[in-house]
Parts: sequence; structure tokens; C-alpha cells
Amino acid sequence: MMDFLTSRAFKGTVFALLMVGLIVLPFFLRPFGLLLIAMWMVHAVAALGLNLTLGYAGQISMAQGAFVGIGAYCTGLMTLAGVPYPIAFLCSGVLCFGIGWILGYPALRVQHHYLAFVTLAFSTLVFLIMRNEEWLTNGIYGLTDIPRPILFGWNTGKAQDFYFFTLLMTSILAFCVWWIIRSPWGRAFVALRENPVRALSLGVDTRRYTLMAFAMGSSIGGFAGALYAPLVQFFEPNSFSLTLSLKLLLMVIVGGAGTFFGPFIGAATEVLLPEWLRIAQGYYLIIYAMLVMILMMFCPTGIIGLGERFISHLRQKKISSERSAQAEAMGQDKAGNNGGAGQ
Amino acid sequence: MTPVLQVTNIRKQFGGLTAVDGVSFSVNEGEILGIIGPNGSGKSTLFNCVLGQLQPTEGEVRVDGELVTGLRPCDLNRLGVSRTFQLLQVFPQLSVRDNLILAGQEHKGSMGTRLLGARDAGLTEAANRMIEFFRLSHVADEKAGGLSYGQQKLLDAAMAFMAGPRLVLLDEPAGGVNLTMLSHLRERLQAINAEQNATFVVIEHNMEFVMALCDRIIVLAEGKVIAEGTPDAIRSNPEVIEAYLGH
Amino acid sequence: MAAFIQLFVSGLATGAIYALVAVGFMLLWQTSQTINFAQGEFVMIPAFFVLWAIKILGVGFWPAVGIAVLASLLILGLLFKRAIVDPMLKHGVLPLVISTIALSIFLKEAVKDFYSSQAQPFQAMIPSEDLHLFGAVISSQSIFILLIASAAVLGLNKLLNGTRLGRAMQATAQNPSVARILGIPVERMIMYTFLINALLVALASLMISPIYLAKFTNGDTLGLAAFIAAIVGGFNQVRGAIVGGLILGVIENLAAAYISAQYRGAIPLILLIVVILWRPQGLMGRAEERTV
Repeated sequence: MMDFLTSRAFKGTVFALLMVGLIVLPFFLRPFGLLLIAMWMVHAVAALGLNLTLGYAGQISMAQGAFVGIGAYCTGLMTLAGVPYPIAFLCSGVLCFGIGWILGYPALRVQHHYLAFVTLAFSTLVFLIMRNEEWLTNGIYGLTDIPRPILFGWNTGKAQDFYFFTLLMTSILAFCVWWIIRSPWGRAFVALRENPVRALSLGVDTRRYTLMAFAMGSSIGGFAGALYAPLVQFFEPNSFSLTLSLKLLLMVIVGGAGTFFGPFIGAATEVLLPEWLRIAQGYYLIIYAMLVMILMMFCPTGIIGLGERFISHLRQKKISSERSAQAEAMGQDKAGNNGGAGQ
Repeated sequence: MTPVLQVTNIRKQFGGLTAVDGVSFSVNEGEILGIIGPNGSGKSTLFNCVLGQLQPTEGEVRVDGELVTGLRPCDLNRLGVSRTFQLLQVFPQLSVRDNLILAGQEHKGSMGTRLLGARDAGLTEAANRMIEFFRLSHVADEKAGGLSYGQQKLLDAAMAFMAGPRLVLLDEPAGGVNLTMLSHLRERLQAINAEQNATFVVIEHNMEFVMALCDRIIVLAEGKVIAEGTPDAIRSNPEVIEAYLGH
Repeated sequence: MAAFIQLFVSGLATGAIYALVAVGFMLLWQTSQTINFAQGEFVMIPAFFVLWAIKILGVGFWPAVGIAVLASLLILGLLFKRAIVDPMLKHGVLPLVISTIALSIFLKEAVKDFYSSQAQPFQAMIPSEDLHLFGAVISSQSIFILLIASAAVLGLNKLLNGTRLGRAMQATAQNPSVARILGIPVERMIMYTFLINALLVALASLMISPIYLAKFTNGDTLGLAAFIAAIVGGFNQVRGAIVGGLILGVIENLAAAYISAQYRGAIPLILLIVVILWRPQGLMGRAEERTV
């Protein structure tokens, strides 16, 4: 059974069931439920991007929330000005790619806690600009009535339509991330995380990959923002304060950094669970914070790591039981032989 | 004939301390050169200067006659110069095969083809050959971090050869390796040297290993070359014995 | 000029509080590689210990202060180290960072849910009066804060440099394995730095809460200020953190008055980025030796 749990067939089945579930779900849920699941997907996309930078390439960033904000403002402002959504969507990604690239430069000079603080400072600066530059961002009042796109005659205005739109875009973006991490780039990112000096001596241009890790992770964050804007249709600077960056960081680590499905699980614990655990309402954050501390203590590789540990535990058990069975059989053989020799 | 590697008058100072003090040597194609010397004689610093990991204070390095001083390690590597480190350096979370593919992938195509092209950059076969060559087939799909020390050491060496380098600098390849693994490693290195006419520079403490492997040996002490010659000549050189036992 | 002096002195007073928090932050980093993202909340909490004590135990202000300091030592010092930092050390820096972020959420939510989400008035330790100096009006609070913070810093300095215990703590911070060989009880030294940090944040809390009012979100800005002060001054030296804190307090105040009130928070951040990129060892620090 444990071999089945790690087999490709099992993973494929789970994935297919999940997709079918997400496709039929809208026919059973009320608009609020749909909004919530779409919200989960948007957060998961942002966390996927951060996972690329942090989980794979090992570059800590506390600014992913700021990139979601930049993407959301870019799309919001452009679509409010009448620019077609696809163009605004692409602009959000490209803009964040550029800014992320620049933010990568400090990572070439400093690492670890210094990098954490540079990105944290950047995140707070972006928030201040969003709040203070009223001519551009409308200040503390935020943006309202952001239109939902009409694509090839498909009006995504209704909750259900927009849900499907989000699902489609999330699938596309998730596929892109999956492609990156299984390409030679993904291998180079891991090498960069595990041993940059050795990677450099093997011809890996660590400078370029570091900048790329930042730029790509940020641009995925920007795309998440471009989905967020028409989803909520109203937002203000506080939606993208440092808290969001820290939340996204927690999602990645809690789900399992450096694994493809980690961010989806992490985002679920932040977005879906609080709504489902209504009983604990109000106290959810306290309980969540405690669980995170306990998780970090016992399994710093996150929920995915916990699952892997469980499976390898089962496997160990199986192996040891097989061994003892074998030993028993051998013991009997031996006994039989001895008996034979005795005759 | 232009030597594959020509090092001229390399000096490296750390503050007031001179770690390498005007070292010159050259290596011809297909040759195995050994560098020996007591601890702290500047061997690893010399390597790091030659390979661009450190900027030498003075002096120049030429590969195939071309000046490469100041190039970054990754650029140097793509010119066909590869190395191993004194301490074990594999990527523990990648499988053995992925470690090897990584060691070759940056030599093929561009950033674009590496992103959009094949997952293995067309290197699976080459990696499998290398795995076969170093007899690591039974652990090919395991994570490198789970291998025994000797196996990781073999993988470490295999990675240095993955891109078919012209010149390989090995920093204490025998360090910490047990006797069986040691003769295996030496035999593999000699096989590559013979088959591909590859050029090696080897830093080593294990005298037996270095004497059996190398064609020529230079001896460093206190940052300077004090002797140069065939293994036999070095063995009987009084200055060398003095440097090792003297102080 | 009078206005400038006023701004300068009140900036110094805020800066002195930042300095206390930054020194504690830095001590934890030095002795146990703990980047405490809950440091701001650590400053927010002791004020609520006082309020809780007054409300629940019905004691007066000064006994409540005593209880709060004791609670800080136990919870923010001892318990924090034993329950959160110790089990995490073997996992490396990042999981501990995540854990302290979770802790900061926990502390904030605990105050919000179990006390109040409203800002609470908080009694000052001395009555507030205005003093007139060179034509400038300076509040007695500012002077009091400066005096207390200076006393704390001088005391700490005396402890670290003037006593055997302090030198043992410094040795522990610089090289725990050598310190252990020298027979220094490293574990106990690390515990002392956690207790010192708990004392410093409690002190900072008692001084800053009368000015800002006690509120569960106070930690956000205070924590950030402590990071910035520690890095700008230099991560590996106590005097660096003090200078960093003072510079930060003054710059913040002057920038708000003379440059832009809206961007008063931005100036320190820009200062931080500039310092990290151009002088990562900080204004007062020495460069760490790098090896390949």
C-alpha cells in the first residue's frame, strides 16, 4: 500500500479527482463559497511564485505580498482605464518581472537575514507608496468597481463564470511553474540553494539564476495580483501590507517549501480552513499560530514533509516486517536442514 | 606546443599574510601533475586563484594560451576547466543522475533552451555512461545525500568529468576514502586520462596515491615551489624531506 | 532652532527606546542565531501584563509593574527560550524565523481577543511636565526616558565589559565551542541573554506605552525599528545597536517635520537598504572575514 501511496498512478489519481472536484464544485456551492475557493487559488499562485524563489532557489523574500499588490494595482488601474484585461494581465506580470529582477540584485551581495530585511523594507516601501501616492493609487480609498473581463465573448462577471476563469488561469500558471521546476532551470535553482560555490564551479551562472529566481517568482506574484483585482473588485493598500508577505511566507513553509504541492496546501490552511473551522472563529489565528510553532518544532519541512515522513514510516514498518518474515522463514529452513542433517 | 595550463608568478596576500608567493608552473596536454606540500603551504589557495574563486594579488593564468585571470568560475568551467573541492561537494537533495546532468547542462544550449527544451538537456545517456564508468549504477536514482562517503566522493569526481573537460583540478580526491575505494578511484582517473587524453592537476596528501598517479610532481612550502620532478626524483630530494620533517 | 531642539530631543528619547529593543534583539542573534520577529510584540506585551495585573489582581500600578517584569522574565525570557528557541535550533535559521512570526501573530491575537482591540491609556512612571530649555519646550517624559535608557545601557555595558560574567557572555557570543572548552557554562550564558532581553523589552514597554497608548498592534512598528537600528548600527556590536537606535529616532522625527509626514516611515527603510548594500557590517561594525 505504501508503494501505491508514492506511485505515479496514485498521484495522478489524486490530481485528477481534485481537478474534477474543482470543476463540479460550482454547481453545489453558493457564490460566497466560490469566492473563497477562487481566493484560495489566487493565494496558491502567489505562494507558488514565492516557492520558486525561496523553496527552490533558496533566496528568502519577504516581499511577495508587495508583488501581488503591484500586480493588482496594475491590472486594476489599466482595466478601469479601459485597457483590455489580457493586456493588463500581461503587463502586471512583466512589471513585476522587472521589479523582481532589480530586487534580486541585493541577493547577489547579501544573504539570509540581511536579504530578509532588504525585502521586508522593500515590501513596506511599496505599501507606503500605495497609501500615499493618491494621484496614482487613490490612496487609502483604494480602487473600486474593477470590471471582470469579457474574453472572446465570455462574460466572466458572474461568480460562477469568474470561478471557472480563475481555475483556468491558475491551471495555466501552475503548469508554467511545474514546467520551470522540472526543466534544467529547476535543477540549477536547487543547486543554487544547496551549494552555490559548487554550482558556480560546474558552470552554473549563479548571478543570472539568482536574478531569474527573483524575477520569475515575483512575476508569478504579479499574475496572482492580476487575478485578485477582478476577483474582489475592490481593494485598498492594507490588503497588501507586510502582513500579506508574511502570510505568503508562512504558507510556503507550512505547506512544504521546495515541493510543488506545498503552496496549495499552505494556502488552504490560510484561506480555507479558517472558514471551515467556524467554531473556532475569532480564535482561529491563535490556534493557527500555535499549530505553526508546533509544526516547525517537529517537522520544519512542512505538511508535505510530514506526509512523506508518514509514508516512509509505513515503508520502514513494511520492510522490517518483511525482514522478520524472511528471517523466520530462513530460521525454519535452517531448522529443517538441521533436522535433515540429523537424520 | 602550448601548455594546457600556464600559471605565471601567482601571488596571493591576505592582509599581511602571503599565502602563495610567486608560483609558476605549466601542464601539458594529457599530463597528470601532482602538487604536494605540508599543511598550510598554500596549495588550496593556489587552486582557488587559478580557478577564479579568489582574485590573485599578482600573476596570470593562461588556458590554452588564452589569458583567463579574473574570469568567474562558471565562465572558466565553460572553457573546459573543471574541479573538485577538498571538502565533499555534491548536491544532497538531487539524485545521483541529476547531480551529473546538472554538471553538464550549463555547457549545452542557452538559458532559453534550458528553460523550454528537454528536461534532461539531452544528457541522460551521457550521465548513465558516467554512472556506469564510476560503477554507481545501483544508486543512480537515489538522492546523493543518502550515499556512503566513498560513493559521494566518486560522484564528486564524476561530476568534474561530466562536461568532457580539457583540464581537471582535483583537490585531495583521496581524502577520507578507504583503501578499496582508493585504488578504484585511481584506476578510474587513469582510465579517463588514457581514453580522453584529459589533463589533471591533483593536490594530495596521500603520498602513495600521488606517486602512483602522477607523471610529474611539484612541491610547495610556505607559498613557494621548492622542488619539481618525477615521483622518483621527488622521493629522494633532500629539500622535500626537509620541508616535511624540518620545522 | 527651538523647534529643532524639541524635535531632536524627543527623537533621541524615542531612539533610546529603539536602542534598548535593538540591543536585546542583537544579543539574541549573537548568542543563539535567533532572529526574533516577535521582538516588537515583546515590547507591546509587558504593558498588558501591567494592565492585566491591575484588572484581575486588583493591585496598584507599582506592584503591577513588578508583576509585569517578573512575567516578562518568565514568559518572554525563560519560556521563549525553552519552548520555542531550543527545540528549533537544530533545524537552522528559517524554521525559527517562521516560528517567531507565528509567535508574533499569537501574541497580537491573544491581546486582541482576551483583553481589547482598543488602545488603552497607560500610566506614566513620572508625572508629565514641560521643561523650558533654551526656549524649547521639552517634556519631562523625554528626559526621564533618556535618563533611564542611558542608565540601562551603561549598566549593561558595565556588565558585559566590566565583569567576569559579562566577558563569559561575550565569549559565548563570539565562539560558543571555544567558550565551552574554556569551561564557560554556555547554556547558562545564553539563558542570561534571553533574560536580559526580557528585561530590556519590559523597560521599553513601560516607557513607550504612556506615549503611544497600549495597543495590540504597537509591535509592528517597534519590531521594524529594532531590526533597522540593529542593522544600521552594526549587527555584531552593542554600541552599534545603540547608535543605530538613536540615529533612527532622530532621523524619523526630523524627516517627519522637514521632509514628509506621510513618508516618515520610508526614510528609515531607505536608510536600511542603503546601509545593507553599501556597508553590510553596519556603521559601527567591522567586516566579518569571509572565506571560500
